[in-house]
This record gives sequence, C-alpha cells and structure tokens, in this order.
Amino acid sequence: MSTAISIENVSKMYRLGQVGTGTIAHDLNRWWARFRGKDDPFARVWQVNDRTVASLPPASRSAVSDYVWALKDINLQVEQGQILGIIGRNGSGKSTLLKLLSRVTAPTTGRIRVRGRMASLLEVGTGFHPELTGRENIYLNGAILGMTRSDIRRRFDEIVEFSGCAKYIDTPVKRYSSGMYVRLAFAVAAHLEPEILIVDEVLAVGDADFQTRCIGKMEDVSRESGRTILFVSHNMASIRRLCRQSCLLVNGTLDSAGVTSDIIDRYLAAGSGAERILTFPAGQEPSKGGVRLNAVSVVDALGRCDTRLSTSDSLRVEVRYTIVNSIRSLRVSVNLSAQDGSLVLSTSDFNHQAADRMRAPGSYVSSVTIPAHFLNIGKYVVSVDIDIPLTASLVAGHDVAFYVDELTVNHLGLTHSARPAGAIHPRFDWQIDYSPMHDNDSSITRYATL
Amino acid sequence: MSTIRQLPETLEPDAQGSNSALNAEDPGDWTLEIEPQAGLFSIPVRDIWRYRDLLLLLVYRDFVALYKQTILGPLWFLIQPVLTTIVFTIVFGQIASIPTDGLPQVLFYLSGITCWSYFAECLTKTSETFIQNANIFGKVYFPRVIIPLSIVVSNLLRFGVQFALFLCFCGWYAFSGTGIRVNAVAALFPVLVLLMGGLSLGLGMIISSLTTKYRDLRFLLQFAVQLAMYATPVIYPASALPEKYRLIVNANPLTPIVETFRYGFLGAGEYSPLHLGYSILVTLVVLAAGIVIFNRVERTFMDHV
Repeated sequence: MSTAISIENVSKMYRLGQVGTGTIAHDLNRWWARFRGKDDPFARVWQVNDRTVASLPPASRSAVSDYVWALKDINLQVEQGQILGIIGRNGSGKSTLLKLLSRVTAPTTGRIRVRGRMASLLEVGTGFHPELTGRENIYLNGAILGMTRSDIRRRFDEIVEFSGCAKYIDTPVKRYSSGMYVRLAFAVAAHLEPEILIVDEVLAVGDADFQTRCIGKMEDVSRESGRTILFVSHNMASIRRLCRQSCLLVNGTLDSAGVTSDIIDRYLAAGSGAERILTFPAGQEPSKGGVRLNAVSVVDALGRCDTRLSTSDSLRVEVRYTIVNSIRSLRVSVNLSAQDGSLVLSTSDFNHQAADRMRAPGSYVSSVTIPAHFLNIGKYVVSVDIDIPLTASLVAGHDVAFYVDELTVNHLGLTHSARPAGAIHPRFDWQIDYSPMHDNDSSITRYATL
Repeated sequence: MSTIRQLPETLEPDAQGSNSALNAEDPGDWTLEIEPQAGLFSIPVRDIWRYRDLLLLLVYRDFVALYKQTILGPLWFLIQPVLTTIVFTIVFGQIASIPTDGLPQVLFYLSGITCWSYFAECLTKTSETFIQNANIFGKVYFPRVIIPLSIVVSNLLRFGVQFALFLCFCGWYAFSGTGIRVNAVAALFPVLVLLMGGLSLGLGMIISSLTTKYRDLRFLLQFAVQLAMYATPVIYPASALPEKYRLIVNANPLTPIVETFRYGFLGAGEYSPLHLGYSILVTLVVLAAGIVIFNRVERTFMDHV
C-alpha cells in the first residue's frame, strides 16, 4: 500500500487583526528583508495558535505578536484507501489543514505531496446559482468540483435520484426548499469520483435521515473503490463510524494519530484537564454582543471541581459570565454529550429568568443541577452556548469534559461497577408484583413466604 | 532526500504494518505537489485544460443568469450600443461637431463603442475576479484563471452580437450608397479581438491581484475606465488630434486597435502596421505580467480577502 498524501513540515502563518494602512508598512518591511536575503521579520516572533492564551507562560503572553501559526510543523502520511478522521477543538487548525490540502490557500512552509486525483468538499453546493435550474446547477457544481461534462452526464440520473428532486429538476433552485437545496448539493458531491476525497463537516447539514444515507454512501464508496478519505467533524459518532484511524490537532500542532477510539479518548481527556473547569483570564474571554464568558465548571454536590463525580450524587454545571450592557431574551444553554458525540440532553435557563427577560449589567452565574442517579458511568462533555434565540449566537462551543463513575461501598471496600448500556442510567421506580400460581407450586410459595 | 525531521511516534502503521515514513521516500510519481511558492511562470496548463468544461459552464451561467426575469433578454446586448450611439451622435456629432473622418456619424460611433465596450466590460469584470468569487475560491480549488478567462469569453459572445449589429449597419449604409470601403485590413479582425481580449485580461488580472489586499485600486478603476475612453479614439478620429496630444493617445495601445478596426471595415482611419505591432507588444507584456502576478497572488489571496 502506498502513500496517498504526504504532509511534510507544513506550517501556516496568519496575520491577526485587520488589513489596513499598517499592513503596507509590514509588507514593505518584508520585501526589504527578502530583498536583502533575510528571513521574514514577522515570522520570527510567533505565537502558538491558542485563542485563550491561558496556556502561555506569563512572560510570553506580553510578547504576543500580530502573527499566529495556525499550523506548525505538521507531518502526516495518509495511506491509500485509508479513511482518516481529523479532530480537534475549534481553532485547532483542522480547517486550515483542509484548506491547504484542497489548495484554497498555500502553506507558509513545508510541502504536501499527493498521489491521485483529489477533490475537496469544504461545503456542498459551492457555486450554485439561484437563477439556474437544478439541472444546470448539477452541471455547474459538478464542474466546479472537478468533474467533466461527460462524467456528469453519465451519472446525472443517479444524482437526481439520490437527491429526490426529480420533479423539480427544471425549476430554478431559488424556488427550492432549503432541504431540497442541500440534498441536491450533496447528491452532486456524493457522486464525485476522485481517488482522494477531503470532507469538512458537510454532514452537519441536512436532515438526519439524509445524513445517514450520505454516511452510508461514503462508506460504500471507500470500501468498493479503495478511496482515501480525510474527514473532519465535530461529530464523534460519525468519526467513530467512518474512520478506523484518526489524528488529533491541538493548537495547530499534531498531537497524536492512531486508532480512532484512542484518539477520541485523548481528545475528550485533553478537554477536561485535571479539573473540570474552564476559565478565561481577564481580557481573553470569548465575548460578543455585550456578553463575556468567564468560566464554565462542572462541580459536585458540594461545589468542588476536583473530585470524583459519582452517579449516586448530583452534579452542577455552572456558567459564569459578565453582561456589559443590558440584554433582553438572553439564553444560556448547556448541551450534554456522551463520549461518542451523541447529544444526551440540551437544557437552558430561558424559561427560568425574570418575566421581562431583561438582564442588567453585572456578573452572572447560570447553573443547572443534574440530579443523582441520572447519568450513566462514562465520560461526558458539556458545551455552553450563549445566544438570543432566533437572533444572534453570542458565545458558542466551549466544552468541559467530565467523568462520572459509579462507586459502591460494600463489604469488598470501594468498588467500580460495570457500565450498564445506554446513554443515561436513571434510577426508576421498579415494582415487582407477585401473585401465587393456583396449582400450588411449592417452591414459589415457599419463596414468597420467606 | 530526507525532508522529514520528525514523525509523531504515535502515528499508526496500517494493517499491513508498512512503515509510512519509508513510503514517504517513494520516487516521485506524485500527481500533485503543494509548496509555499509557485514558479514564476508555472501556468497550470494541464489543469486549465481539464477544467475547460467549467469555463464553458461559467460562460453559459453568465449568459443565462444575466437576463433571467427580464422581458427583453439578450436584446439588451443591442439596446446598449444603439442608445449610446444615438446619444454620442447627438452630443458629440451634432452639438460639438467633432469630425468623424468623413464617415457617417452613426457608423463612426458604433464602431468605436463596439470595440471600447468589449474592452471596458472585460476589464472591469476581470478586475473583480478575486473579490467577487471569494466565496467559491475559499471552498474549492480550480485554476483561478478560469474565472477571468470565462469573463473574456462570455463578453466575446456579447461582442459578437454587437459586431453583427455593426455589420448590419455597415450593410445598410453600403446599400444606400454611402461610400464605405471594406478592405483587406478587415482580415486583421481576429487579431484585433485577441488584442482587446488579451489586454483587458492582462490588466484585469493585474488589478484583481493588487486589490485582494488593498482595495484602493477598485475606486481608481471605476472612473479610470470612464476617463480612458477619452484617451482612445472612440468619439474622435486620431487624425483630428492636435499635435500636442498625439503622443498620449498614440501611447495608448487601444488606439491602433480601434483605428485599424475602423480602417478595415469603413475605409477611413489611421492604419499603420508598426503602430499595431506596438499594441501587440504591449499586450504581450501586460499579459505576461498579469499571469505572473495572478499566479503569485492566487495561492494565498484567501488569507487577505
């Protein structure tokens, strides 16, 4: 088996902030340096891509430059026929890596070599024109993705059938429902025939039924034709299902690569750190629209965040945030996901606020208690979203992972229990009703009288 | 060659146990190498050829989408030059009485407008290549030069229709006995079209590359194109120029193109092979510069837009 993609020492530097009059000074400086045969003066003072900056030692925090390495020294070989998952938190460099691979932008240093025809799906329906009909858009979109007209003509009927839009194929797509639009777009993408396919989160669109079909289609294709697939997703369940191997990006560097389940464990563990708390130093808080997220923590019944959590005790998720100017209809929601990425529950404080839904400036803590005997044994991730429903998403995607254990004290001491199946493991009321059989079965009668 | 300094130890060998680090040293049968800088003249000719269907579909899209939900549709191709010719005839011909080399005013202006609007339209549209298509360019790779090429080609369609209109007018005037003399120079027509296309493509690529980071040029271009028409013999013949302005207008590579066009189809104008040669030279230089700059910018422009 040979290498399909070889990524060697690849780095990508971005400039922070806006392009303005200051940029031209930097550019001139850089040209002057290059003219004299020196290094890029701005590439030397670099910082690792960590949006919170919390992990930097205080000394280097002051030396923050305007430039950031979105990717730093990535080395990776992808075998032919391999389906490789790429995971990492927001801003870890996943999308940058895919952009480099799909040639949307070029690396700052390093080299990527590819064997075989490559197509990338960073988005479905790229280049769809609302005025054109479904038929015309299939051709246009297919051509943008690298198919020739004869390729498309050959697969046209299949594409139309897969999309389920046969009736509307000669209607301009601006008249389509959003679901139809996405299905048509994905149908084109699903019928690409490259040897290497690069997919970014595109499965996040479309209804659940259609998503399942798409994943099935991708599985089929890679199994039959030995296609190499690079798959980026936040959905651990689909990564687990599709990819035998994965790699984890952390702050723009390749943290680890290997068997998917190990990598996912590592990803979730890395999220929690030693303590189940995520805090942002002053000035580095994620903030938008007058809301600043200060901290997210998962604490036990006594408010501690460094202890073992037990299924037999309640736990509390606390979201600390600051409101700078008054906001109406704010919603703080907590999404609880299991280790495989499936959503266990989503809950918010929306219906628990004052009747006028007004929050005055100040510090807030929204906390939710998850009762004892509810979660199963295992690792969970809470993700906090702060938004104004139907209006604006303010702060999203800050995760804290935690582990719930079942600890039983019996005559053997402290013991671990085996994990029951299922996402949750609530303690329900069971009742055992008994009525004796009429043929006088002695054993049961005896048991019942015990 | 040992380009790999460090391979993460956790990188899993595949089921067959083949060592991925060894495979990286395979002899070069790679289909694609992505590196920070492209060569100066590395035009992805093979890629462009592979994406030729995309070019045609983009032309089709421009053509169809432009006139969807209009009543007159492609008739607008004709209405624009006709109305402009009428206005020019009234303003410059009747009121200002600018000479027209002895040609019927309508033909004189129509010939100038047909050429000029092809050039101007190509230039303004190609110069917005990166900014207008940032959303597509940010999601998928295809040779970026396909977009400006498709603009030049779809405007060629438009030019073709307008040129047919011009020929109809020529026929009408010839039929009604006005002395226009189509001559052998008209055979240079394909060269003239190539020159106009090449010049606008080259300039457009340069400007679009420069505007990815600094948008200032866009504002300049808007009125520069309008003003440049006055530096081209569109509303006046080159022969009527006062001596002191001749140098400026003759330095304009479009001047010999428009004048040759008129000379070939109408029999009046300044046709000099040397001057046309100058135009060809400028076009080649601009086009080469355009390709070099465009090539450099297209690789990372997404970081600046």
